[in-house]
Formats: sequence, C-alpha cells, structure tokens
Amino acid sequence: MIEIVNVSRRGVLQGLMSAGALVIAARFYPESLRAETASRGTHADAATLHANLFVGVNTDGIVYLVAHRSEMGTTSRTSLPLIVADELDADWKKVRIEQAIGDARYGSQNTDGSHSIREFYPAMREAGATARLMLVQAAAQQWSVPASECHTDLHTVVHPKTGRKAGYGELAAAASKLPVPKKEELQFKTRGEWRYVGKGMPSYDLEDLCTGKAGFGMDARVDGMVYASIARPPVFGGKVKSYDDKAALKVTGVRQTVAIDPFQPPPAFQPLGGVAVIADNTWAAMQGRRKLQITWDHGANESYNSDQFKKELQETARKPGKLIRNEGDVEAAFAKGGKVVEADYYVPLLAHASMEPPVALADFRDGKVTIWAPTQDPQGVQETVAKAVGIAKENVTCHVTLLGGGFGRKSKADFVAEAAVLSKKVGRPVKVVWSREDDIQFDYYNAVAAMYMKAALDANGKPTAWLQRSAFTPITSIFDVTAVYGAPRHLQQGWTDVPFDIPNLRVENGPAKPAVRIGWLRAVANIYHAFAVQSFTDELAHAAGRDPLEYLLDLIGSPRILNLKDTNYPNYDASYEAYPFDTGRLRRVAEIAAEKSGWRNRKPRKGIGWGIAVHRSFLTYAASVVQVEVSDKGEIRIPRVDTAVDAGLVVNPESTRAQFEGAAVFGTSIARTGEITVKDGAVEQSNFDDYPVARIDEAPLHTNVYIVDSSAPPAGVGEPGVPPFIPAFCNAIFAATGKRVRELPLSRNNLSA
Amino acid sequence: MIRLRVNGTDRSFDGDPEMPLLWYLRDVLGLTGTKFGCGMALCGACTVHQNGDAIRSCVTPMSAAAGSEIRTIEDLNKTGLHPVQRAWMQVNVPQCGYCQSGQIMQAAALLSKKPNPTDQDIEAAMAGNICRCGTYQRIRAAIKAAAEAKP
Ligand code: FES
Ligand code: FES
Repeated sequence: MIEIVNVSRRGVLQGLMSAGALVIAARFYPESLRAETASRGTHADAATLHANLFVGVNTDGIVYLVAHRSEMGTTSRTSLPLIVADELDADWKKVRIEQAIGDARYGSQNTDGSHSIREFYPAMREAGATARLMLVQAAAQQWSVPASECHTDLHTVVHPKTGRKAGYGELAAAASKLPVPKKEELQFKTRGEWRYVGKGMPSYDLEDLCTGKAGFGMDARVDGMVYASIARPPVFGGKVKSYDDKAALKVTGVRQTVAIDPFQPPPAFQPLGGVAVIADNTWAAMQGRRKLQITWDHGANESYNSDQFKKELQETARKPGKLIRNEGDVEAAFAKGGKVVEADYYVPLLAHASMEPPVALADFRDGKVTIWAPTQDPQGVQETVAKAVGIAKENVTCHVTLLGGGFGRKSKADFVAEAAVLSKKVGRPVKVVWSREDDIQFDYYNAVAAMYMKAALDANGKPTAWLQRSAFTPITSIFDVTAVYGAPRHLQQGWTDVPFDIPNLRVENGPAKPAVRIGWLRAVANIYHAFAVQSFTDELAHAAGRDPLEYLLDLIGSPRILNLKDTNYPNYDASYEAYPFDTGRLRRVAEIAAEKSGWRNRKPRKGIGWGIAVHRSFLTYAASVVQVEVSDKGEIRIPRVDTAVDAGLVVNPESTRAQFEGAAVFGTSIARTGEITVKDGAVEQSNFDDYPVARIDEAPLHTNVYIVDSSAPPAGVGEPGVPPFIPAFCNAIFAATGKRVRELPLSRNNLSA
Repeated sequence: MIRLRVNGTDRSFDGDPEMPLLWYLRDVLGLTGTKFGCGMALCGACTVHQNGDAIRSCVTPMSAAAGSEIRTIEDLNKTGLHPVQRAWMQVNVPQCGYCQSGQIMQAAALLSKKPNPTDQDIEAAMAGNICRCGTYQRIRAAIKAAAEAKP
C-alpha cells in the first residue's frame, strides 16, 4: 500500500534543493502493516512516519532521488532510483542519487534477503508517475490547456497541438503547489515505453569505483578521530579476567586502552567485549593490540570441538525429528521394500569474508552519536548503538557509506556498537578497524548442517517415498539461547518446499545447539538444503541409470502450483498468490540451462564431467549446468557454467547477470574450500591462507547467464545463484571422477585418480 | 627520516619505519583509494606501484619504501582515465568495488610489461588479487579490452 504526498514546503531535502523545488514523498506500508496503518492518524502523520523515498525536482532541472537501501555491489542504489526515473521520464544524466541516513520514515532499510526491488518496485513507480503527472498538470495550467493533451518527453512536458514545451526545472515551482493526484489518475508507462527498466544502467558509482574515489566505511574520516583495534574473547561467551597493557602503551602512537564489557545473553548484535587499543593510526592500534597480555575466562564453550559436534549432528539427522511437512506415508512405502538409497550430507560453518572487513566510525558527543558505517541496516544500527550507549535511538544518526561487500555480515551492528561505546569512553571520534583475522574469527557464521536423505525407488527408478531430515545450528539462537530447531523462515529455504511430485514425502528437522554466533550468509539455509536435495537427486538418477536432467524433470513433475497449505511456509514474506511456487517455472530454467549448455550432446569422459541442479530461492528460479575438468591429481578447473534465471521482471539485466556470475564464484569458494572449524571453543581459521576463497585461476572461466523474459512480479537476484551452483558443481565432479561429494568442502575429499 | 615520492610529490616520514606503506598512505596522507583487505599479502587490495612494479603495500614497511617512487590509484593517470580504467568501465567490472583499486593497479602493471598478455599471463599476474564479489571473468575481459585499445 502506497501513498504519495507533496512535501515541497516541509524542507525535507533542505540544503539539497532550492526554494520552489518540487519534492514528493512516497510512503510505503509493508503488507503486514496494512490493517494497522489504515486506522492510524492523519495522512500527514503517516507521511512523515512512513515516507520511504523522496523525489525532488529542483528548479534547475536536476532530479534528486534518495537511495534508502545500502549499496554493496548489487546496484540497489542505482536500480531503485532507475525505476523512479523511468516513470518520471527523467533524463538519467540529470539525476543525482543521495544516500539516505538511517530513518524509520523510509520503511525498511535492511538490505538483506534479496528483496530491495521486489519490496519497493510499486512504490518507486508510483513516486515517479506522481511527480510526472504533477509536472504535466503544472504545464497544462500555465498554458491553459487540458492536461490530457500534454505528455512528457525526456525531462520535458510537451503540448503537441500548440508545440509548446517546458523543462522539468521550469515547472518544478508551479508543480510543488499542486495537490497530489489520486492514484487512479496516474498513468504508468507501458512496457514498451520504458527507457531504463529492463534495459539497465551501469552503477551510478562506476567511475568512482574505478578511480579510488568511492567512499567505503574503511575510508570514513573526521577531524580529531583516533583508531581502535580490539582483542575479543577467543571463545564465544568468554570474558577478560585480567590484562596488562604496559607493553601496548609503549608502542609509538598508542594513546590508551579501554576494556569493553562482555555481552549479556542473548548476544544478538551486542559487542563481544574485550580490550581495545586506541591509537593515532590503524597500524599503531594493531601493534599495541598484539602487545596486550590478556588472561581470559573462556566460559562454557571451551570444550566445544567441531569434529565431535559433526558426529553428534550427523547422528541427530539420522534420528526422527520434528515434522515439517508430510504427504502420504513414507514408512509404509519403505516397508514395502524395493530399492532403497540413503545418503548423509554435511556442510560446515562458513564465514562471510567480505573484501572490506567490518569497520565503523562513531562520534559520541552531548548524548548523541553520529555514525559512518558500511551497514546493510542503518535502522538496526540506530537500535543496537542506542542500547549499547544508553541513549534514545532518535539520537543516533547513521550515515551509510558504500559497502565493500556485505553478504549478510554487515546487517549486524556489533562492530558499529563497538565504535560508539569506545567514542563515549574516549571522548573523541573513534574508528574501529577489524583485521581480516578478526573478521574470520568473530563472524556470525552460516550454520553447520547435516542432512540425512532416504528414498525408495520403484522398478523404473522413480521414488515412491522420499524422507529428508536435517539438523543445523539455528540463527534464532542469537536471539534466544534456548533455540535449537530451525525457524520456519529458514526451513522454507529449500527444505519445506522440496518441489518433487512424490506420493510419500516427509520433511523433518532435528535440534542443534551452536557454540558460536550463527547468522545469515548470502543464500543462507538454501546453501545446505539445495546441496543435499540436488545432490541426492543426482545420486538417484545414477542409481536408476537415468540421465540426470530427465530424471530431475521427472521428479519435479508436471507444471503446477506447489501446495504448501499444510506447512508453515513464509514464502520469503511475499504473498503466495502473487509469488506461488510454480514448478513450471522451475522446469523451464532447468530446460533452458540444459539446452544452452548443450547438455544433450555432451560427451562425458574420464576427467571431464557435467552436472545440473535447479533451485528456487528468494522467489527466483535458477538452474546451473557446470562443466568441470578434474586431473589425475585431483586438480579442478571449471571451464564453463550456464545459468538460467527466472526472477520475474528484471529491472537491471546487466547487474543481474553480474550477480549470477558472482554467485558462481561465491559458490565455488564454498564448495572448494569453505570451512570454519572450532577447536576448544576458538575458531581455527584466520585469514585467506587458511580460509581461502576462489581466485581468478580457480573460479569458473566463463559463466553464461540467461534471463527468462518474464512479466511476473520482480524477485531476488543477489542470492539465488548460489544454491544451485554448488550441487551442480559437485554433480559434475561425480560425472568426471565417479566420486560422490557428500561433505563439503571439496578440499576434504580426495579426488585424485 | 624516510624520504619518498608519492604520486609525484616529495614526502618525508619520521614515524615508525616498520609501519607498512599502506597505513602511511591511508591514515597519514589520506589516500584512501588503496584498500586494506588482509594485511598479509594474500589478497592484493593494497596494490600500488613502486618504481612501476605492482607491490603489496600492506607488507612493505616504510623503510623499504624509502627513496622510491610510489604511485596509487588516485594518480594512475596524469590526465583523465588510464586505458585500464576505461576498459574497466566499459566492461562494467566492479560490483562492490572494494578490490578494484588493487585489481586495476595490478592490471596496469601487467600491461606496462606485457602489452598483449595471454590468458596464462593474466592468470599468473592476477591470481594474487581476490575479488570476493567474483568479477574475475569481467576482469579478464577488461584486461583484453585494454590491451586492444592501447595504441
Ligand atoms: S591487504 Fe595487502 S595483500 Fe591484502
Ligand atoms: S568487486 Fe567486490 S570484492 Fe571485488
């Protein structure tokens, strides 16, 4: 539900706009708030409370669009304004994008879950169409002609009958005095009239990113700031027993040390505690921190070891768990005999390792804090920081810098709260810089997961029964320390919605208790769920002696809407009517990826293999065919990947292709070497030497991305490429070597001949 | 006192000679185009040119930078964009962009030595530069485009 108001005279974009500029605010209500907001207060109240974007047309013709979502490489900062600009019929060259600070009036700013475009597409269109109509009405009034006789042509209103024209800048002042037209009056462009949507634009920041001028969180500077490096408790939940900072204070440039309190459970996004070294530059802070002598109280997690935990998790997955979905009666079908296939899959903890480590600059003065941070969630920053320093969240101003990658890590504000706490104690602006070691060792890791799969096959090799059980350390444990089961919003990610047409089907989930912080990483639970489901499908195809593609299509069955009524299925917070799980679309991407790759003409031979997998996540359907070469020594090359994507309406095809190319590389990193392990409670990895990510000679040489032309509503593009890639890659390795990968990463598997 | 030239300007430094060049550039001179990614010569985000060679500034102490000519992304080209930067824009390489200063400096050094690099040359030269967003295939394409565009 969207409402548009004229806020030209409220000074909302003061400083940016000259007097007389037209400024439109679009208020957007999420579905869930609809009932509530309808009965609440006046329109004006609602406007200032819920405006989520501003369109400003200045008298000089410059159009200012406020980007309220964070930019971390997915071009949301470009693509959302692009939708407004298109409906406004604006000249992109005259558009300036301003990054919003954290403010609840913008609606949700949490740039997570691949839903920026999906959630804000209608609001952006209405904002643009409204401003355009007001400009048209202003021109019509001036010319004393009916508005219906006027139209726009790239930043200009035109009246063809008299040949009159006026630029948006000339009309802004008059338009700003008009009432906002009703939604029924708006005329949206037809698809054929779009200038930008569906065609795309390079990132607004492209040149700055190529010249070193772009401002990331790491680059934030203010006068008088000092730098901090923090020694945090190596074991999660531990605390400082005592420390000696004499040697640290002798380091040139070090000013002081500050103890940070441990968190009070549940951890949520609180700082972990520890000892900070404050210095004149980053290097001095890091050197000083190395010289700290700290005695730790490691706490309850000291006995935790990944090896042991893995065994327990696998045992849990083999035992009956909590019922998530049930069709027919798998046990009865298993009892009938036939060929039964079983397999266990395992995916370890994974770290985000965004290229820019967590970093934040905070300036606490007079009971207020100003923040500059590469955050995915500026409102989350306001909340977390306010709690950490004991002020109201209205007194936290969060400036959002560009993000040097986020992948989910930077929606947690622990590192920002550290900077605020230190600035309060030190009385100066403090920039907290995480080293790569800090980043790898104090992450919110993607869950460690064990999956147990069992199927009974009929004489044709088709499953008559399918049982899948999982156990993974739940993200909800950071908010509720007693949580051990997967939440519906994580089970939905490729587990509850296993899309196969099998009469007896059962989905279960078992308990798991983590000893590190668990969080969401690009594609989240879809990573391990798709790995198990799509690898097992490939195993069954081989067991049945069938072509993996044909077999996969057989299991998906005929095109239909998956009936998930009897399950708890949040559908990524979208309505199931607008975004049903359509197996026809799932089939189609698999078919397209297969056809474009030349699947049916492939000639597998020793050392060369092809694999396929398909998966729906974040309301997008994606399939990958991966080709691999595996040498006798077990070295892997990935010469080609073909990915087909149905993401509904695609606003920016160029950046969408880039997201899927990148997802293949991200998936390569997870599959080849992604593994965080814990020994005696502490994370063992620390940098790119022991937590390697794919390099140019390890990544796929070429990823082709095929975007399905679709008029379905827009869906996610940042994450959905990751889940199908990994099983497709592992299925290809099986085709090349005959070795089935059931445990990630590949570095744990011996692939040599 | 350590003397060096940074982007054509003479500089002197009397702090800790062990301080890596990276932090001198970023924290002391405010040249933040050069990035910190690992601090251990593992990722290439901090790549700059020393006397025309690509080096990792995060492991180059100021004592080793003494007397040399350092060039950073801010001054890759005296006027306008370097052919590598133009190619990077044409191919739309960056996603988040954080690694790209380092990638561009590495690629520019490669092309100055090998104007027509083979695929193997590109892999060998660029394997030390991580891009977590996974822009590698565009990096390859951009290096080739830059090589072709060169006079
Ligand atoms: S920061 Fe220098 S190589 Fe990574
Ligand atoms: S573009 Fe994000 S790390 Fe390379």
